[in-house]
Amino acid sequence: MKGNEAIAHAVIRYGADGYFGYPITPQSEVLETLEELMPWETTGMVVLQAESEVAAINMVYGGAASGKAVMTSSSSPGISLKQEGISYIAASELPALILNVSRGGPGLGTIQPSQADYFQATKGGGHGDYHLIVLAPSTVQEMVDFVGLGFDLAFKHRTPAMILADGVVGQMMEKVVLPEQKPRRTDEEVRKQCPWACNGRIGGRKRNIISSLELESSRMEVINERLQARYAEIERTETRWEEIGTKDADYLIVAFGSIARIATKAKELAAEKGIKVGIVRPITLWPFPTEAVAKAAEGKKGILVVELNAGQMIQDVRLAVHDKMPVEHFGRLGGIIPSPEEVLNALENKIVNPKSEA
Amino acid sequence: MNLCDTMELEEIIREENKVYAVPELLDQSVHMHYCPGCSHGVVHKLISEVIAELGITDHTVGVSPVGCAVFAYNYIDVDWVEAAHGRAPAVATALNRLWPENVVFTYQGDGDMSAIGTAESIHAANRGENIVMVFVNNAIYGMTGGQMAPTTLIGQKTATTPYGRRVDLNGHPLEITNLMPLLDGTCYVTRQSVHTPAAARKTKACLKKAFENAIAKRGTSVVEVVATCNSGWKMSPEKANEWMAEHMFKVYPLGDLKDTTKEQ
Amino acid sequence: MIKVRGAVTVNTDRCKGCNLCVVACPTGTLALQRSEVNDRGYHFAYMANPENCTGCCSCAWVCPDACIEVYRVKTEA
Repeated sequence: MKGNEAIAHAVIRYGADGYFGYPITPQSEVLETLEELMPWETTGMVVLQAESEVAAINMVYGGAASGKAVMTSSSSPGISLKQEGISYIAASELPALILNVSRGGPGLGTIQPSQADYFQATKGGGHGDYHLIVLAPSTVQEMVDFVGLGFDLAFKHRTPAMILADGVVGQMMEKVVLPEQKPRRTDEEVRKQCPWACNGRIGGRKRNIISSLELESSRMEVINERLQARYAEIERTETRWEEIGTKDADYLIVAFGSIARIATKAKELAAEKGIKVGIVRPITLWPFPTEAVAKAAEGKKGILVVELNAGQMIQDVRLAVHDKMPVEHFGRLGGIIPSPEEVLNALENKIVNPKSEA
Repeated sequence: MNLCDTMELEEIIREENKVYAVPELLDQSVHMHYCPGCSHGVVHKLISEVIAELGITDHTVGVSPVGCAVFAYNYIDVDWVEAAHGRAPAVATALNRLWPENVVFTYQGDGDMSAIGTAESIHAANRGENIVMVFVNNAIYGMTGGQMAPTTLIGQKTATTPYGRRVDLNGHPLEITNLMPLLDGTCYVTRQSVHTPAAARKTKACLKKAFENAIAKRGTSVVEVVATCNSGWKMSPEKANEWMAEHMFKVYPLGDLKDTTKEQ
Repeated sequence: MIKVRGAVTVNTDRCKGCNLCVVACPTGTLALQRSEVNDRGYHFAYMANPENCTGCCSCAWVCPDACIEVYRVKTEA
């Protein structure tokens, strides 16, 4: 099953209440598959093609404000359009899921895969001091699994989560195991789980207000401090990563998403040449597995950060290991996916036997 | 001299003689932040009365805009979601689609409805979302200090049209409510005002019809209230009402523009 | 003959002295207090000529700050 189609199945099976989207390549299959599956006939899930990405994210904001489990999906230029809404959702402390099947930019860029939205996803994207929980799948199975994980984390911490995929995992066909169909929460369950939500003052309760506006500076500071405390808690408890053969390695490759698969192949090629390479694959890009990278890097001779961009995650890797060893970047731009051989060459030329500066 | 003439005020001001009460849904614990004489307060009052009279307080959700009415959630005692500028109809769409039994209304200014939120407003109405869109048009951006709105009249002076709005520079006043009847999703489109007791009474009746349409899921109702912004217009509230009646009603004439409930 | 008399109460604390009620009043009952202001510095509305009031509610309908409540009694002369 294609990654984008698998996402659609996973969202329905999670028991989500709504999806609001706008077509953009390479993720239009999400909306197309949902429309084909007609979940409103089965689970009662709402599916709506909005008039724009801007409208779609604000529908997500409205749905999340009412306590429902809602999501949107788009690709890079569309995700840029959604940033204002994402900032509002984060500021209003609402759970929501956003999928970015990212493509090459800047501008209209290309429809080919890219990881150039790392900064946008992990460093804010919209305005203000906020973070998204960012999950980076490297397989179609993870695309599926991260729908449930993303929603669960979003509701647990009342903050939006993003699945930052790329065109490779979005378009790739792989075998997947779909989760069992979960029932959608009843309205009563939603009200009980989300007593803060705006869905009517049933029983004459006090009115709920979802707003990110506070003109009084001291109160605005308190709100920001609350958000920051939440982010600190998420950093403590939700950091996820995968390590492959890091213990016995002399070198590390740090890579996320689809490119981590190529890095793993490069590791095997390196082993044939007697170069011992370990892989660290951050699964949560925010919170970034800083400690894990630092720990894995201990005693290593150098690190290659492989990304489908001009060098973004490398900044977080460098922050993690400081200047204890060389940290270099290898990436292809414009939607080109490097071969494992290219990655190995880069490792050899940049880290193992770097050409001395003439 | 009869009994009535000699009646003391204390004898008149008794609970059983009350014929006009402050709407209970209007939160009296906070002062409204609006400038003296601002039309928003009257519209808030009317909406509060309509919601209470229809008995929908516990399943009504309002969506407040960016603009002066951003704080509407502090005043009308129902659930509120504050939307980004122009996005109220998109927010309301989800609120209603996910809770179809709820009554959802947006409260939008002229910036929200006819500038930054034109797309959301038109498309929500075109989809026939079962919501009420209350559009307060005072032909100026009040909250940011009196700049030109799309609905600003030709010749009208604002902070960004200091010599008066010119067609060649700024285009024409956008009569967005006139577009709404063309959309098959709308069931009721009306333009009213609240500058006189009679006008306020009429507007209340229109709001009631609009909320009844939402309850009956007839489609989108749009209630424009042509309003004053005496601070932005730099006039007294009284003069602002006169100016509105003289100038704005020519461009934005009052009355129903569409009412499918009548046709049926 | 039926005689109608009315009276209004003004929440002087909420009143912003916008004068719209005074303009709307058909019987000249209301005026703004010239010599006094409320806590927020507004000359609030009051019944300057209470005997004129018929309890028609015009003032209350146009009051933007929901300060006015209206009372009315009918008596036979």
